[in-house]
Amino acid sequence: MTSILTNLFDGVAYGMLLFVLACGLAVTLGLMNFVNLAHGAFAMAGGYVCAVLVNQSGWPFFAALPLAFVSSAIIGAALERTLYRHLYTRSHLDQVLFSIGLVFMSVAAVDYIMGSSRIFIKLPAALEGQFDFFGVGIGRYRLMIIVICGLLTALLQLVLARTRFGSRLRAAVDDARAASGLGINVPQVFAFTFAFGCGLAGLGGALSAEILGLDPYFPLKFMIYFLIVVTVGGSSSITGPFLASLLLGIGDVAGKYYVPKMGPFVIYTIMIVILIWRPNGLFGRPAAR
Amino acid sequence: MVDQSIAQAEVGRYASAAARWHWSEIVFWCFLLACGFLFPSRYLIMTEILRLALFALSLDLILGYAGIVSLGHAAFFGIGAYGAGLLALHGIINEPVIALLAAGLAATAIGFLTSFLVIRGVDLTRLMVTLGIALLLEALAERYSNITGGTDGLQGIEMAPVFGLFAFDLFGKVGFFYSLATLFILFLLARRIVHSPFGLSLRAIRNNPLRAAAVGVPVNRRLIAVYTFAAFYAGIAGALFTQTTALASLDVFAFERSADLMLVLVIGGTGYLYGGPIGAVIFKILQEFFSTITPQYWQFWIGLVFVVIVLVGRARLHRWILFVPNLVIAQLKGTKAVVTVPESDAS
Repeated sequence: MTSILTNLFDGVAYGMLLFVLACGLAVTLGLMNFVNLAHGAFAMAGGYVCAVLVNQSGWPFFAALPLAFVSSAIIGAALERTLYRHLYTRSHLDQVLFSIGLVFMSVAAVDYIMGSSRIFIKLPAALEGQFDFFGVGIGRYRLMIIVICGLLTALLQLVLARTRFGSRLRAAVDDARAASGLGINVPQVFAFTFAFGCGLAGLGGALSAEILGLDPYFPLKFMIYFLIVVTVGGSSSITGPFLASLLLGIGDVAGKYYVPKMGPFVIYTIMIVILIWRPNGLFGRPAAR
Repeated sequence: MVDQSIAQAEVGRYASAAARWHWSEIVFWCFLLACGFLFPSRYLIMTEILRLALFALSLDLILGYAGIVSLGHAAFFGIGAYGAGLLALHGIINEPVIALLAAGLAATAIGFLTSFLVIRGVDLTRLMVTLGIALLLEALAERYSNITGGTDGLQGIEMAPVFGLFAFDLFGKVGFFYSLATLFILFLLARRIVHSPFGLSLRAIRNNPLRAAAVGVPVNRRLIAVYTFAAFYAGIAGALFTQTTALASLDVFAFERSADLMLVLVIGGTGYLYGGPIGAVIFKILQEFFSTITPQYWQFWIGLVFVVIVLVGRARLHRWILFVPNLVIAQLKGTKAVVTVPESDAS
């Protein structure tokens, strides 16, 4: 019984992490209809920035996290302004090729700069180990992830639903032409959203170094996971991807624990079945475009 | 009525004109054959190019002609590779040509089964499903390592001589001519098919599925057919890989293989049959070039090629490349250029 609860807890933490990593992609892919396979590269950038700051410059872990966010967001904004924005209207094939190219470049570049082995971020002592909560083993680090990611999710939901920027974004996504006719600066909204999504990915990358492992092949290894979150979750709201990431996280942890021999087989099968059953995702709406 | 029959005759004339052999095609194939005698020290890499050309031809059938963007075409390559490897390893079918066909048919069967998944949904779903299938097969191959050899791959494959006459040699001479013959035969078949009414209907589907359905093309059935057919080609390419290298490991299913394949096809140009072979040659040269400069980081430069091609624009790039040949032709013949950009690319 307790092992089930512990697994559930780990699964939730994993799922939350996946959500923070992938929710930027939910906007670019789900809402802006841009197939960005390079999303993991931004996460990796954030992770490596955090690792360098903590391990080499001796920054405290919690001070390095915001910097991971900021650096990934800056990289994201720069790339969006220079490269991505020319490709919004291009075919999916072009977008796929372009983002695969970016992935390859980032993998080789990080390999060149940081070496190809997996790196770890030194954690403060307060985050190590686990404690018992009514007999359920709870990892401190995972608890922190749940808290941080939970807060972020609530914040995102608030921003999207309640603020002026949120309504501008939703308007721009629903109908970019009508939105710009109403005086909304659509490219600016998209650029900001893209950068923010990249920043979140960077933060997720920094948090995930301990759980998912951080090496130059990160963008390739986890690409499918991010894509699953978005395609299975659908793109009509932020809750869809959120529930999908929780499902994926719990499913993956449980799968690895109970049927370790099947490996990732379970996840891929579930994904294919869901996509066949509902091509627009579990919580999606019929395709807008 | 009269108008209609005239229009039909026009279409027929245009189609058969496009299907006629051009002298440059004959030159191209003669050149490939000549390569086998001109560069006897380069058989291995030339075999690799031929194999890649066949694989790219397979992707071209679904991407260039039918407009299906696939991120997991390596799935069928892998099935062909493991199929041929297992057949040879356990001595089930010793004759390479028959084993090649058998492995190709195995990939065809999987292609047929998965085609029903692929025709559903929009581009994005297709991307995910094709990618998912390739990853699934890779996970399966890893799981059943007692059959596939796991990460070590199949080892100790001994190939019997082709037709019992030509034994595979160390320098790859037989492998080269064997691959060339396979490529040529399959190319002829593909050429026949894309110029048939079936091929024309595929192009109609690529350009606008809705309109194609409106004029009576059974869209889904055509897509299933071409996807299955392309799976056969990819399976043969995979089987050739195993037979000429006596090796099959998990990386036949790898995502990088599918991704590189897209680059090959895009370099060569989608939507015409020579895109695959030309792209394969250029890609291999690029790869060799990059890996001699930076053995470990050649992937960076390949990635850069991807990005540059997209940013410059595929159509524009082909126009630039064809600018000089067109100029020469225009000067010589005094007519408008005959070498043109392949018609509109898949979206």
